[in-house]
Amino acid sequence: MTVLQLVNNWFKNFAYETQNLFFFSLRLVGAFFSRRWYVTETMEQMYLIGVGSLYLVVLTGIFAGQGFAFAFSVELADFGAKNYLGRIMSIAIIRELGPVLTGLMFAARVAAGITAEIGAMKSAHQIDAMVAFGIDPIKKIAVPRTIALVIMLPMLTIICDAIALLGAWVIAVFVAHVTSTMYWSAVRDRLIFGNLFIGLMKPVVFSFVIAFIACYKGFASKGGTKGVGQATTQSVVMASITILIVNFFITRVVFSWIKGYL
Amino acid sequence: MIELRHVHFAYDTQPVLRDVSFLVDDSEAVVIMGPSGSGKSTILRLILGLDCPREGEILVDHKDVGRLGRGPLREIRKKIGMVFQDGALFDSLTVGENVGYYLIEHTKLKWDEIERRARAMLGFVGLEADEVIDKLPDQLSGGMRRRVAIGRALLSTEPQIMLYDEPTTGLDPYATHNIINLINKLHRERSISSIVVTHQIADAFAVAKRFIVIYRGEVAFDGSLEELRECRDERVEDFLAPFRASMKGVFERKFVDGAAPE
Repeated sequence: MTVLQLVNNWFKNFAYETQNLFFFSLRLVGAFFSRRWYVTETMEQMYLIGVGSLYLVVLTGIFAGQGFAFAFSVELADFGAKNYLGRIMSIAIIRELGPVLTGLMFAARVAAGITAEIGAMKSAHQIDAMVAFGIDPIKKIAVPRTIALVIMLPMLTIICDAIALLGAWVIAVFVAHVTSTMYWSAVRDRLIFGNLFIGLMKPVVFSFVIAFIACYKGFASKGGTKGVGQATTQSVVMASITILIVNFFITRVVFSWIKGYL
Repeated sequence: MIELRHVHFAYDTQPVLRDVSFLVDDSEAVVIMGPSGSGKSTILRLILGLDCPREGEILVDHKDVGRLGRGPLREIRKKIGMVFQDGALFDSLTVGENVGYYLIEHTKLKWDEIERRARAMLGFVGLEADEVIDKLPDQLSGGMRRRVAIGRALLSTEPQIMLYDEPTTGLDPYATHNIINLINKLHRERSISSIVVTHQIADAFAVAKRFIVIYRGEVAFDGSLEELRECRDERVEDFLAPFRASMKGVFERKFVDGAAPE
C-alpha cells in the first residue's frame, strides 16, 4: 500500500467516524427530549462517576496546585513579586488547570469505564436484548451517563480548584513565605465573573465531549473482547485530545467575548 | 406468520444472505441449520428488526419489519420472544430482575407482583425459584442461563413467536435435553411458532419436523426430515457429510417429553 493510499484511507476513516459521531450525538441529544426518565440509573451513575472519581480529583488537585505554586514562586521571587502568587494561581487554576486536569482525569477514568461497559454489553448481545424488549439503549444507557457527567464534572472541577488553591497555599505560606492573608486576598481578587464563567463553562462542554465519545465508541465497538479493548483505548485518546483542543478554542473564543469582565 | 421474500443482506461489502425466501406458519416449528457463518443468526436479527435487509421483504403478521417506524416495530417485537446466544442476560441484574425485566421497564407493577410472576415463570422453565431468583447470571450454569433467558422472553409480552439462536450450543447433554424439552413444551402447550437456529444436527431433529438449510447465505434446502434424508443437493450433502454416520441413530432419537412437534 502506497503512502498516498494510506493517507486516503486515513481521511476516509476520519470522515466516516466524524459523520457517525455527529449522527450519534444528534440521537443522544434527541433522546434527552423523549419520554421516560431513568432517574435511578442517573443517580447511580452520578455516584459512580462523581463520588468514585473524588479521590482522583483531590490527589490531582493537591499535587498539581503545589507543583505549579512551587514553580511560580521561584520565578516570581526573582522579580520580588511573590505576593502575586495567589493572583497567578487563581487565574491558572480556575481558568485552565482545574477544568483541564479534571477533564483529563475523567477522560481516563470515566470514558474508559463507559466505553468498556457499553462495549461488553454489546459484545454479549445485551444491547440487542434491550432493543428486543422495546427499550432505547441510548435513552437507557447513554442519557443517564451524560446527565451524570454534566452534573458531576463541574462539581468536581470546583472541588479540584479549591483543593489546588489549598495546595498552592501550603507552598505559598511554608515555602515561599507569603503571608496567608496576602495569598487569599490575591486569590479572591481574581475570583471575578469572567474567570468563574470560563472555569465553569469548560467542564460542562468537556462533559458532553467525554459522554459523546465514550458512549459512541462503546456502541460502535465490534470484534469481541479485542474490539472492546481497542474501543476503550480509542475512547480515552480521542476524549483527551478533544478536551485539549476544545479547551484551546474555548479560551481563545470566550476570552475575546468576555474581555470586559476580566 | 413470518415470511421472508427474496431477502438479501450484507455487512458492509461482505454479502451474508442471498435471495432467501421461506414462510413459517402460525404455530409451526422450524429449524434453520447450516455451518457457522452461513447467515442463520442474521435471519433472526432481520426478523426482529435489529438489522435491515438490503433487498427483499420480511413480513411478520403481514407487516414488513424492514420498513416499519419505531412505534409499529415495537408493537411487532411484542409478538416475538428472542433467546439470544448464551442468553444475553443482563449481568448486573439478578435472575429475578432479568426475568421480570420487561415488566419493570414497561409496566407500573410493584416489585412484589413482578417477583411473584418471575417466580412462577422460573418454575415453568424448570428452575427452583428460591434457589436462583437472587443470584446473578454469572453464578448460573450455561443451561440455567438459557432457561432464564427463555423465561425472560416469555414473561415479556407472552409472545406468539419464539426465536432461538443456538439454544443448546456449548451445553452438556443433560442441559441440552432439558432445553429441547422446554422448547417442545412451549410449542405444544402455548402453540407458539418457533424458529430454532442451530448447527447441532441431533438437536435440530428433536425440536421440529421442518428444516431449512442455509449454506453460504442461500437456502439450500427446505423440507421434512424424510426429504432431507433423500436430498442430494451438493450443498446439503456437504453440510450433512460429517453427520451421515450418526444420522440413523439421530432419526430414531427419543426424548422424555415426546417427539418433535409438527
